[in-house]
Amino acid sequence: MKHRLKFTARKLVRIALLLLGVSLAAFLLMDASPLDPLQTNVGQAALGSMSQEQAARLEEYWGMNTPPAERYLNWLRDALRGDFGTSLLYRRPVLEVIGQRISNSLGMLVCAWVLSGVLGVALGVLAGTRRGRWPDRLIRGGCLVVSSTPSFWLALLLLMIFSVWLKVLPIGFSAPVGTETAAVTLGERLRHALLPALTLSVTGAANIALHTREKVADVLDSDYILFARARGEAHIVCRHVLRGVALPALTLQFASVGELIGGSVLAEQVFSFPGLGQAAVAAGLGSDMPLLLGITVVTAALVFGGSLVADLLYGVVDPRIRRGEAKI
Amino acid sequence: MEPILTVERLSVTFDRYGQGLSRTGVSAIRELSLTVEPGRVTAVVGESGSGKSLLAHAIFHLLPGNARMEGTIFYDGAPLTARRAAELRGREISLIPQGVTYLDPMMKIGGQLRRGRRDVAARTRCREALERYGLGPEVEEMYPFELSGGMARRVLIASAVMDAPRLIVADEPTPGLDARAAKRILGHFRELAEEGAGVLFITHDLELACAAAHKILVFQEGRRVDEVPARCFQTGEGLTHPYSAALWRAMPRNWPEV
Amino acid sequence: MKNRRKSTLLLVIFAALALCLVALAGALMASGAGIADFTRKNLPPGWGHLFGTDWMGRDMLGRTLAGLSLSIRIGALTALLSGGLSLALGTACAVFGGWVDGCISWIVDLVMGIPHILLIILISVACGRGFWGVTLGVVLSHWTSLARLVREETLQLWQAPYIRMARQLGASQGEVFRKHLAPHLFPQFLTGVILQFPHAILHEASVTFLGFGLSPEQPAIGVILSESMGYLATGRWWLALFPGLSLVLVTALFAGVGERMRLLLAPASAQE
Repeated sequence: MKHRLKFTARKLVRIALLLLGVSLAAFLLMDASPLDPLQTNVGQAALGSMSQEQAARLEEYWGMNTPPAERYLNWLRDALRGDFGTSLLYRRPVLEVIGQRISNSLGMLVCAWVLSGVLGVALGVLAGTRRGRWPDRLIRGGCLVVSSTPSFWLALLLLMIFSVWLKVLPIGFSAPVGTETAAVTLGERLRHALLPALTLSVTGAANIALHTREKVADVLDSDYILFARARGEAHIVCRHVLRGVALPALTLQFASVGELIGGSVLAEQVFSFPGLGQAAVAAGLGSDMPLLLGITVVTAALVFGGSLVADLLYGVVDPRIRRGEAKI
Repeated sequence: MEPILTVERLSVTFDRYGQGLSRTGVSAIRELSLTVEPGRVTAVVGESGSGKSLLAHAIFHLLPGNARMEGTIFYDGAPLTARRAAELRGREISLIPQGVTYLDPMMKIGGQLRRGRRDVAARTRCREALERYGLGPEVEEMYPFELSGGMARRVLIASAVMDAPRLIVADEPTPGLDARAAKRILGHFRELAEEGAGVLFITHDLELACAAAHKILVFQEGRRVDEVPARCFQTGEGLTHPYSAALWRAMPRNWPEV
Repeated sequence: MKNRRKSTLLLVIFAALALCLVALAGALMASGAGIADFTRKNLPPGWGHLFGTDWMGRDMLGRTLAGLSLSIRIGALTALLSGGLSLALGTACAVFGGWVDGCISWIVDLVMGIPHILLIILISVACGRGFWGVTLGVVLSHWTSLARLVREETLQLWQAPYIRMARQLGASQGEVFRKHLAPHLFPQFLTGVILQFPHAILHEASVTFLGFGLSPEQPAIGVILSESMGYLATGRWWLALFPGLSLVLVTALFAGVGERMRLLLAPASAQE
């Protein structure tokens, strides 16, 4: 137990350092940008008609006159207190915008995450246990095509089929336009989240299926499967293969958080789904530095959190680590 | 005595890639014939890499996908086809593999030995099999990585005797054990044979084979080069092939006095 | 018995020819592809225009080919650059060890913590978008996994008895690298670079689609698909379907070749 706590503490320190690195890197990148936030946000014409004084005040507002190091340290000091600044686009605190966006897309993301895991492992086990035969060829071919498909195009395709051609699902927005947020029924929300979730889970499942298949193949080639077969065991897949595949699949599942969020940036853009991903694109296009910085840090925290959970679960599930530690 | 296992002209070939694009067959076992009688221990002796393990896997019809098998295997008087082997595995024919890698690392010993059955009969048989080899009930709750080398091998033997098999194939069950532990394991094989099973003992160690077996086959580069009663290796008489004579001379006790 | 090495060789030759052809045809057609002709606008696919035409009467086949050609060229450039970066940093980790290894590994973790697409957006914004923005973005976000692979392989080889022996016998580092490390690393590295191709192409298209990559005047698949978004609701499906499908085909060709090579080189599946 003590060993586990120490391990977790070490990991947490590393994550904190990495987050610091991420924020610094993102800050430097945005600072290097030649795009002028003043021009992008106010517009060339409006800027031209502004008085010197007004323009100077705006420059002050965006902190363009302070040296970068000081600005970063100011940002860091505020961020540690929980203030990530104010979004230039939405004119609200960054954390509030992020919180609202996450709550919009959380359900959709979790659905996609679970679905991609279940689908991926099921297909991977199916392919791995039928190596070289047609289910394997079919699944491998399918996964190859899906992983060669840009997710935004897959989203476009689904949009064309279900919304334009069959007209069974809405074209976009997480809720019908013009309705009060409170009046949106759960059914409506589901209908709007269905296609983005489907896009993300199909893309995610292909990767997980291919990895699972490899792992299943490794397990099936192992000595202990040979011995299990020599002992006439029934249900080898359930008893041994799934057991051997569970841990790597779990790790992969938690490691896929980053890919999922990356994919959501594209899927949300196509389906005009007002989630975190769409906010990232808007922030990037509108040079909304505080928001983009906030989104980057929060996303990185989610990714590192995912890998930390995977590491901890490994210790709980794998008897070699669990019992090995107890002995020390 | 009617043999329990007869192997006739068994050949195993592998397809392998050579240089560049060429693809050729490599033979691992060539035209091998042998018999195993009930109540007797037959030893197959050969150096590492001479295809001994494949012989065991071939009998169980568990060769890898890129291997091809020719020849016939008879078990109890009838051809041992892939289908029949699948029915007999774990009931009448048992494998004792080389080491701890043959146990599922993620599963407790008890669960593995019982093959997922939870009834009282299976529990009792498992307990008895472990006890027979001096392993207590606490072993059932252990994972393979917690076993010592000797314990792992005794667990593997226990797994083979749980179902009262008529044919036992032991594939190199002793390496890494000290002489006393190895002798004890060999004693277990003799014991199993005395209870009526046919034992095929595959090893690279001629001395161990002499100590345990009634009959010894010498294996070289996938071929059987000699078949003699074990006592021939006591005196060195009756060895027909130069390779087995060389093996005999290489045994420490036959080294010339200096 | 099927001979996988032979069929892989055929596939590689076929893929190389097909990709060169597409790249060449696209480059030749690039100038003609942008020509607007309002007498033939919004034509659905037919014999005159296999992929149809858009609202300015531009031939979609020509635009698609030009876009694919650009994709392939950017893909090749980015895969090679990020491959070089992974090789340099991966071997540096393994050979120097110590704080160099620690630093580079930390950067690898850092880069892997930001989803690719977000990192490319950041880098592209830093470069003021456009060609170099997206190219640098893809290069700087894709080198990490291959660098890890190179690091581990080199570490393993560096500690291998025969290489330790060679070093003790007085072989110089350069000699050891050229004679012993390179022959082992090269096939794996090549496969890694080829497998980066599809990722690079897809990310370039995605970022361009979002508006952070190539400018709208350039004939890029991302631009074409982003434009097509506005015409989907009116039923002009061909604007999105064919360009996207062609991109999938090109990417799958690369992915297929890389996958075959990986299978041949992996010990577990080499003899299948």
